Amino acid sequence: MASAFSVMEILRVLYDNVLKFDPQNPRLAGRDRFILSKGQGCLAQYVMLADKGFFPEEELWQFCKSEGLLGGHPETRIPGVEASTGALGHGMSIGIGFAINARHDNSGARTFVVIGDGESTEGSVWEAAMCAGKHKLSNFTVIVDYNKYMSYGSIFEVQNMEPFADKWRAFGFAVVEADGHDVDQLRSTFAMLPLEQGKPNVVICHTIKGKGVGFTENNMEWHHKSRVSADEIQALYAALGG
Amino acid sequence: MRQGCLNMVHELAKTDERVFYIGSDLGEGTLDSMKAEFPDRFFMEGISEANLIGMAAGLAMEGKIVYVNTIATFLTRRCFEQLVVDLGLHNANVRLIANGGGLVYAPLGPTHEAFDDLAILRAIPNMTIVACADADEMDRFMPQTLQHQGPIYIRLGKGYDPIVTNDDIPFQIGKAIPMREGTDALIITTGVTLRNSLEAADALAEEGINASVLHAHTVKPLDAEAIVSRAAKTPVVVTIEEGTLAGGLGSAVAELIAEANFNSPKRFRRIGIPDVFPDQYGSQDSLMERYSITSAEIISTVKELRLLGQPGLSAVRG
Repeated sequence: MASAFSVMEILRVLYDNVLKFDPQNPRLAGRDRFILSKGQGCLAQYVMLADKGFFPEEELWQFCKSEGLLGGHPETRIPGVEASTGALGHGMSIGIGFAINARHDNSGARTFVVIGDGESTEGSVWEAAMCAGKHKLSNFTVIVDYNKYMSYGSIFEVQNMEPFADKWRAFGFAVVEADGHDVDQLRSTFAMLPLEQGKPNVVICHTIKGKGVGFTENNMEWHHKSRVSADEIQALYAALGG
Repeated sequence: MRQGCLNMVHELAKTDERVFYIGSDLGEGTLDSMKAEFPDRFFMEGISEANLIGMAAGLAMEGKIVYVNTIATFLTRRCFEQLVVDLGLHNANVRLIANGGGLVYAPLGPTHEAFDDLAILRAIPNMTIVACADADEMDRFMPQTLQHQGPIYIRLGKGYDPIVTNDDIPFQIGKAIPMREGTDALIITTGVTLRNSLEAADALAEEGINASVLHAHTVKPLDAEAIVSRAAKTPVVVTIEEGTLAGGLGSAVAELIAEANFNSPKRFRRIGIPDVFPDQYGSQDSLMERYSITSAEIISTVKELRLLGQPGLSAVRG
């Protein structure tokens, strides 16, 4: 849940203001492609897909139930999900395939991939980064959820990725940083895309894990938490004003 | 076989604009002709198999048919999770052209010997596995890769393997080809060991032992009907493959036979590589000899298993 809260504003802005899509025709030619490579943040995507009408909102209440459509990681059988993710370090490469195809077919489609900062410790992320830089994929945008926490603890202790922005620049990306919870700033940042012709884009979003609920923010317990008590559920609703 | 397979990719690209090729730092000049004619569908990328498979999956999910080519061990072991998730889970139309299946790269040692490819890929849902026996069969197989839905692993031999197939029976993915028919024994093979199997069957026939030879070019999905129907008619079944005994063709056949619940017992043995890393260099042929992946081994095995069926002899190998 905490993984979803850190990307909630990012996905809100993408679906409200950036992505081209048609919920009535999820396979619309020329639509923008969106991949949530950090599949553990799927709740943020599910609520957006429901909000936009890709499937009925009631489906959200079947989350992870055997008869439900929505599981703990996104799968392509869900309308609006372009790639099944969950194993980290896959989304960028698949997205590069989408982006190269869009360039080849001259479809105008753009590809957006959200990755986690912990995910960026996967070697395959940097294989993909090299490839995107080589092919000068300016129709390809990586959005990093830089919440500074991995499953075990602080990313600076587990595997420090700094100097992070410089790494992306070195791999051929045009880089911009933003407050991942500031909706206005996210809108204006995404409106700048492509940042530079002939380069793939990366938007490094500084975020807070578990953002929006005081007792989950930067609290490792909530990264994988599955046994949530009735009292905690009430506290979550209260914190969200619901 | 390799050159023919790659040339066929170019030929297919001429007739079908969905065909893309992605190589991973292969030898200079690889598919230059396709690169010259279709530069926008030819990609030579770095030594980054995980990324290549994902990129190919992305293209395939957009409707393209993508042929990815590199050395078999790197195309399987290095990026196994990408094969499972990006290709298998998405049932993506990617064709994996695997140079040096089995023991082809014997001089280069265990890091380059794809003895486990058939075994590990069998465990991936949606994955089709094809091992042609020679270049002629490869020519008959490759056009079918345009129509097939889902990922295909294409195991290549060394090249210049003797031509032992014919076009009497049309090639069809998933349909084993009976090359000899007999009821004294059933020999099941895939890839280049078809040659050994035919040599063995012909030698046995000269001694009055008539064996069926079933060429299971498609290891997955395995042609269960062809195997079980022939196994029902013979007491002796032998498999041979240029790969590990743990999980490959022989294991797949054993599963079928064990679950067929025949009324009469079967005497069965697999010929292949035991559970070891090859510990010698030399050549493909010399390593095949070391692990008794030979015509002579088939012949002696068939004879031994036939004898085991006689009254008074134990059916348990000592």
